[in-house]
Amino acid sequence: MTFPSPDKADAADSLTGGPPRRRVRVGRRGGGAPLPLLVPALIGLAFLVLPLVALLIRAPWSSMPDLLTSTEVWQALQLSLVCATAATAVSLVIGVPLAWLLARVEFPGRGLVRALVTLPLVLPPVVGGVALLMALGRNGVVGKWLDSWFGLTLPFTTTGVVIAEAFVAMPFLVISVEGTLRAADPRYEEAATTLGASRFTAFRRVTLPLIAPGVAAGAVLAWARALGEFGATITFAGNFPGRTQTMPLAVYLALQNDPEAAIALSLVLLAVSIAVLAGLRDRWMTAS
Amino acid sequence: MTRSVRRTRRMMQVTGVGAAALLALSACSSSDDDASAGSDASASASSSKLSGEVTVFAAASLKESFETLGRQFEKAHPGTKVTFSFGGSDALAASITGGAPADVFASASPKTMKIVTDAGDNATDPATFVRNQLEIATLPRNPDKVGSLKDLTDSDLKVVLCDKTVPCGAAAEKALTASKLKLTPVSYEEDVKSALNKVVLKEADAAVVYKTDVKAAGDKVEGVEFPESADAINDYPITLLKESKNTGTAKAFIALVQSAEGQKVLTAAGFLQP
Repeated sequence: MTFPSPDKADAADSLTGGPPRRRVRVGRRGGGAPLPLLVPALIGLAFLVLPLVALLIRAPWSSMPDLLTSTEVWQALQLSLVCATAATAVSLVIGVPLAWLLARVEFPGRGLVRALVTLPLVLPPVVGGVALLMALGRNGVVGKWLDSWFGLTLPFTTTGVVIAEAFVAMPFLVISVEGTLRAADPRYEEAATTLGASRFTAFRRVTLPLIAPGVAAGAVLAWARALGEFGATITFAGNFPGRTQTMPLAVYLALQNDPEAAIALSLVLLAVSIAVLAGLRDRWMTAS
Repeated sequence: MTRSVRRTRRMMQVTGVGAAALLALSACSSSDDDASAGSDASASASSSKLSGEVTVFAAASLKESFETLGRQFEKAHPGTKVTFSFGGSDALAASITGGAPADVFASASPKTMKIVTDAGDNATDPATFVRNQLEIATLPRNPDKVGSLKDLTDSDLKVVLCDKTVPCGAAAEKALTASKLKLTPVSYEEDVKSALNKVVLKEADAAVVYKTDVKAAGDKVEGVEFPESADAINDYPITLLKESKNTGTAKAFIALVQSAEGQKVLTAAGFLQP
């Protein structure tokens, strides 16, 4: 302990950001939080955390082992992890170039394109699912041809889950990467191109390493969003254990007749999400 | 491959006395209420004239017929208003036990009604007022020539069922078990309407849904009756809820649902009489 004696009052103070902490942090942040900000901030925190705590309190701890060792739960969890990861990969492959386009290339209607790209963020996921059905369903605008030319139908398949999740999650990645790209100095790229690198080489060797933390942050966000995706998935991909039944679907259906199982499943999903977000957030999100 | 319109004879007989029965029943039920709710000091109990708002929580499959009944009720009793909340029976039961302010609950299965009665939220014993039978919904003109439940086990067909956790799925499972058939669908849908919609959107070739849903979908799907559905008929119970602040009017609405006039509307929608 290099700080002043931690007596009771000081300990309480440091919890609420009082004097001792201020002395420690003064160089970095420039003072403790004023009360008019601190109180609503804490209410905000409680608002977000309380429901999750309630889940812990109401959890059927005694029957938990039985609930969690069923094959259906493992199938659903496994499928969730695989699909969320695949959806993130898809988002990276097509989302990063899209973000680059939005950040670096001037073209007419860029504002509109940006709005369209972020639309899935605000759209109810069920609407996304219906839209996907209209586009890629067996009878859809594009899906009709996929079916008659390649015999490929996407609804009710694991690929369908990945597509639904990518549709909903990719905007998170695009927004994050675009923001990082705008903050990154384009002169590095320009220097690289004047030294003879092609634009793609400059992107690959200069820009990408420069914005890596932003890409990683976006990927984590997209992954977490994909993991929690429900509406578009159940609408577009349906619900079949082991093939399209991800954890959120399992939770929803369990809630119909076995709320305890639903709570247990929710906790698993919560634990996985928190583990990943907490493990990566400090490293990537603040690095950008 | 019978299109599902064949039930009318008995219905025609009751039609004539419908309106009279309705009036008689509602009058009788409100005097009933005078006796039972006398100590409640509720506003409507003192007068036999019905008034005020009634909130009815009803299974999604009842939507069309209950809306018709609600309009009839409001017309017969000026000053009353019937408000509906339609949804999955399980979800409705959960919100009732969670304290939702409802007067009447009409559920699609005794199992979901039991959630409410177990919690002691009912004021009267639930009474079965209609029954619903399963039917296969296929694409219009039945291109896959589905004629029986067994035809659905063909692996070339994309079939959707309701999930076992919801009444229509439980009923389908019962019918399949009774006929010793093993059917692997492409999806277990979360409620009957979304199962039907997969066929309406032509994403699936067939779905096992209620007769009433097939009827409500009109010519967007074709209904195929199957004999095994007799083994899995769903009873729909209705009850007055303890939370009700307007028991007189609520009871009158329940009476309308059970009356000949109400049954006429319900059977026209494809429901069976209990």
